[in-house]
Formats: sequence, structure tokens, C-alpha cells
Amino acid sequence: MAEIHLTGRAASSGLAIGPVTVLTTAVAKRTHVGDPAQETAALKAAIEAATAEIVRLIETVQGEVADILEFQAAMIEDDALAEGAYHAISAGAAADQAWRAALDAEIAGYRTAEDEYFRARAADLVDIRDRVLAHLSGANTVAKIAGGSIVAGEDITPSAFLAADWTRGGAIVLAAGSPSSHVAMLARARGAPMVVGLGPLSWNGRPPALALVDGDAGTVIFDPEPETRRLFESRMAAANAAQAAAEAGRVGPARTAAGRRISVLLNVAAPEDLDGLDPAICDGVGLVRTEFLFEASHGLPDEDTQYAVYRRIIDWAKGRPVTIRTLDAGGDKPIPGLTVDGESNPFLGLRGIRLSLAKPQVFRVQLRALSRAAAHGSLKVMLPMITVPSELDRAAAMLDAECSALRAEGIACARPPLGIMVEVPAAALRADDFESAFYSIGSNDLTQYTMAAARDVGAVADLNDTGDPAVLSLIARTVEAGRRRGVEVSLCGDSAADTRLTTALLATGLTMLSVAPVAVARLKAAIAMVSS
Amino acid sequence: MHDANASRAAGNSLPLMASAILVNRVGLHARPSVKLTQCAKRFAAKIELALTPDGPWTDAKSPVKVMRVKAPQGATLHFRVAGPDGEPALAAMLALVNDGFGEA
Repeated sequence: MAEIHLTGRAASSGLAIGPVTVLTTAVAKRTHVGDPAQETAALKAAIEAATAEIVRLIETVQGEVADILEFQAAMIEDDALAEGAYHAISAGAAADQAWRAALDAEIAGYRTAEDEYFRARAADLVDIRDRVLAHLSGANTVAKIAGGSIVAGEDITPSAFLAADWTRGGAIVLAAGSPSSHVAMLARARGAPMVVGLGPLSWNGRPPALALVDGDAGTVIFDPEPETRRLFESRMAAANAAQAAAEAGRVGPARTAAGRRISVLLNVAAPEDLDGLDPAICDGVGLVRTEFLFEASHGLPDEDTQYAVYRRIIDWAKGRPVTIRTLDAGGDKPIPGLTVDGESNPFLGLRGIRLSLAKPQVFRVQLRALSRAAAHGSLKVMLPMITVPSELDRAAAMLDAECSALRAEGIACARPPLGIMVEVPAAALRADDFESAFYSIGSNDLTQYTMAAARDVGAVADLNDTGDPAVLSLIARTVEAGRRRGVEVSLCGDSAADTRLTTALLATGLTMLSVAPVAVARLKAAIAMVSS
Repeated sequence: MHDANASRAAGNSLPLMASAILVNRVGLHARPSVKLTQCAKRFAAKIELALTPDGPWTDAKSPVKVMRVKAPQGATLHFRVAGPDGEPALAAMLALVNDGFGEA
């Protein structure tokens, strides 16, 4: 049998070879159909069981995967989804037929959407449909896929993907599907190659035994000739070696071509960002945003909740320094019930440390949680939006008071070093005057306040340039103040990850840059090219 | 980040109206829809959204219905809010959209 070459769209990169598992859509039959009241109850019970299943799954995952399942949970919990099905049942339809028809109509609406992103959500609706149908028929929900296999089919649901073991290789090749689908996001996160849009996979009734998948080029070869397979395997070996070399570079310390050691730290928006990351890729955590603690939850997070999250990050860092920023709400980050609504210019209003000092009852809880966490590692605390020295002094006095109170209660704690973010030009101009344990330059706000140009206004976007001499001179001034005072200076804005600016930033004397985990390897490579 | 054109009704008899532009990358998709409906459900007020100021109006507390709107990036979302906590509800909805649902 001749090998079959198919070309589709790359959805997740990488090469894979393995036995083919063909996904089939098994339709379980319900034997008994009751009267409308019984059918309504059956559908209700099946939806509730499916919802409970999704909610249980959410508890076992984090980050992107949890977001995907939370979307499914929100959809299935919404009565609007089953409305049409209940109507059909009261008109005499069986529960499974009514549910399938209602969901198929919903799915058709997604499949015909203009926007690819919305089209890709059809797979989530199929997932919900089949989960409920499985409960209605009492069948096992998802077919198990053997680890290491190349899964071929029309499309695949997130549930089917999650039920498989991807640690032993394997890949996904689909007749339909989309690079924007939740499964594609999952595949990229798990490193499983994926090709979509291959067109009909007919095989004339004889499915292939083996497949070669190129997730970079978007091609698949079924039942390859021995020579084709040998060439592919040598490509895989070369790719694995190159990958290992890049990974090795990511782990090593960053040095410029001239041999200057640059610390590369991580920016963390939520503790899940660190899942699966080796702390050896960084010299510590340069910025932990704490806003995530305040947005999703119901009401303000209590001391123990905050402490648990701070501990988790400190424990992950294995002794490396971790800098946590106190709540930076306000401006473009409103928090209902905490920030002030209706400010004429929120960026010049009650935000960052100004808000924390105005709401001491909220700020104290965070300072207590941070002091307790500081007893377990190298923790530093930084204050956002500091403008004048008295703000740092007032925060320092509150931190001292909370530490004393904790000690008096016999609770383990340590007083963390307290530093300031330099993001207001006033603070950069007189950085020497602050009794700060360190400086961390927030280049996003420093740029927008210096250049008087917002980041999200397209018409002035060219003015919002961290590489402008005015901004670079404020950065250099802060670095100089740190040198005179003998304290560390780092930079944690988006510009740290902009490798076009690496030379200019290091020319200011900066030796510490903090970036998102995904940018670490790129930044280290850019640092290695800098001659100074 | 309030819409300058938000009309402020004197009592609770007239619904409050305001609009905001979807600035996040892929429009009102899965995660933003979930965030938007979760936020809307925190208020007692009746909250509806539409792509034009004349409707058709969609219940902002239903993720299924909000997803059916398929609002793309750059679309203007119109809100119509009625109820005792209408003002904070409208402010919260506008803040969420203007913030790009925290997705940057």
C-alpha cells in the first residue's frame, strides 16, 4: 500500500511518530422512553450529573485547562442551553433526541460563525452534548486513547484530549478542527503536535497502522515507506537535539558577550504561571502581581488565603528571591467595591499604594500575610505607584506594626525588605531620597507618565516608547541612585521582554530584568548578543 | 473609565444606557463571556447587552445567550440596565469591557 501524504494547518508544533487510533463516534442507544414528565426528569438528572463531572474535573486542573472547563461549566449550568430541549420533550420528544436536536442547532450556529474563534467553540458544545447523552444512556463518557498514539478523527473534544496520556508522545490529526480550538490550546500546553483541516479521512475502509506527523509544517504521512520513515526519524532526532540545546541555554545564567552577568527574573500574574516550570531557568521572581487574588473571588481574600498563595510561590522558588507587589488596583485595574468609580482620570487618581494607604484595613491583611510568608524564604515586598518618600515611610510603619502584632500573638513571621516601584517620574527624579531596600522600575507606567501617552490609544502609540531618551535617562538615574545607596535595581515592565531594547536597557547600567516565563529563553539569547 | 455619554436617569424608572468598545483580542469569546455573566449576576438589576443601540437585547446574565451574540473585537457593546443597583452594575460592566476583561 502506497504511503498517503496529507496537508492541513499546523495547530501545535513538533514532530511525532506512532500507531494510529481512529476516533469513532459511538452512539449509545436508550431503550426505554417515558412520558414527558419522566423524560424531563431524566434530562435534568443527566445535565446535573454532567455538570458535577465537569466541576470535579476543574478541581484537578489549573490555568488554561481550568478556564476551558469553566467555560463548559458556565454553559451547561445556564438553563438557556436546555430550553429548546425541554420544549420538545413537553411536545412528546424523547429526552436524548430533544437534547441532541437542541444542541445540534446550537452547534450549527457556532459552525457557521464568521469568526474562526467562535467556530472553534463548536467542539466545546459537542463535548457538552456528548457528556449529557452519555449520562442519559448510562454509557461510559469518553473512550480512552492509548498513550503515544496518533489520534485521527473528524474533530476531538477537550474531554477526550484530557482523558489521554500525552507524556508518552503522540499527536492529533483532524479532518476538521481549528488552531483556535480549546484542544489546540491544550495540545500546545502539553507539547503534543497537532494538525487540523486535513480534509476527509476515508482510507477506503482500511485505517492506516502508522503515521508521521509534522506539527510545524502541518503535514501527515500515513503508512510511510521504510525510507520515508527513516528520514523522518533522523529529522526527529535532530529536532530533539536542537530543543535540548535551547532548553539548556534557558537554564544557564545570562551573560552579555562581554561577560557581564545579568539576572533574569520572572513576572508572575498567578501562581499557575509557574506550573511545570523549572526554577533553574531564572534567578528568582521579580514581580508577583497580587491583583488576581482580589478579582475572581467573592469579596476580599482573607489572610490565610493570601498566605497560602505567597507560600506556594516562595516554595516553588527553592530559596531564590521572590518579590511580591502589594495590591496595584485602580487605573486600568478596577476592583468592584475597592477602587473608586467615576474618577475623571483613573491613571492620575487613587491607585496603587495611594489606594492601599486609603484602605488600611485591606492593606493590613496583605502585610500580615506577607510577613508570615517571609518567614519561609527570601521574600521582598514592593509598593506600586510610590510618588513621595512619606508614602514609603507610612507603609513601612504599618509593616513594622503588623510584624510586632504577629510576634505578640506568637505567630511565625519575618519583616521582609520593603522596596518601591519606580513608575512615577517624581520618584525616579529623586530616587535617592527614598529609604528603599531596592528599586524596581515599572517601565510601562514610567513610560506613559513621562511621555504623557497612554498605551491603549493607537493615535499616540508611537509616543509610548520606553526607548525614548527621556525614559532611558530616568531609568539610568534610578540605577545610579541604587548604586550610590548600595541597593539592587531591577526592571519589570514589558520593555524587559522587548529584545529590541535589551542593548539600550543594559547600557543604563541595569543588571536585573524581569520578564514573563515564556520570554526567558529569548531574553537570554538577546543578552548574549549585547557587546557591553 | 466611564462612558461620557452614559445617561443618568433620575430615578429607577428609566433604564441606564451606555456603551463600550470591545478591545480584547478575540472579541466576546469564551472567557470574557464567562467573566461578563459572572459579573452581571452579582447585581440584582436587569442587565442586557446589544450590538446596536436599538437592540435586539440579550440577557447579560446568560453565557449561552451572550455567546450567541458572537461579538467580534472592535464591536461596540451597548448596555441597558434597570434596577435598584443599576448604576454600580453599569459601571462594573463598562469597567470590565474597557479593561479588555483583564486579558491585555
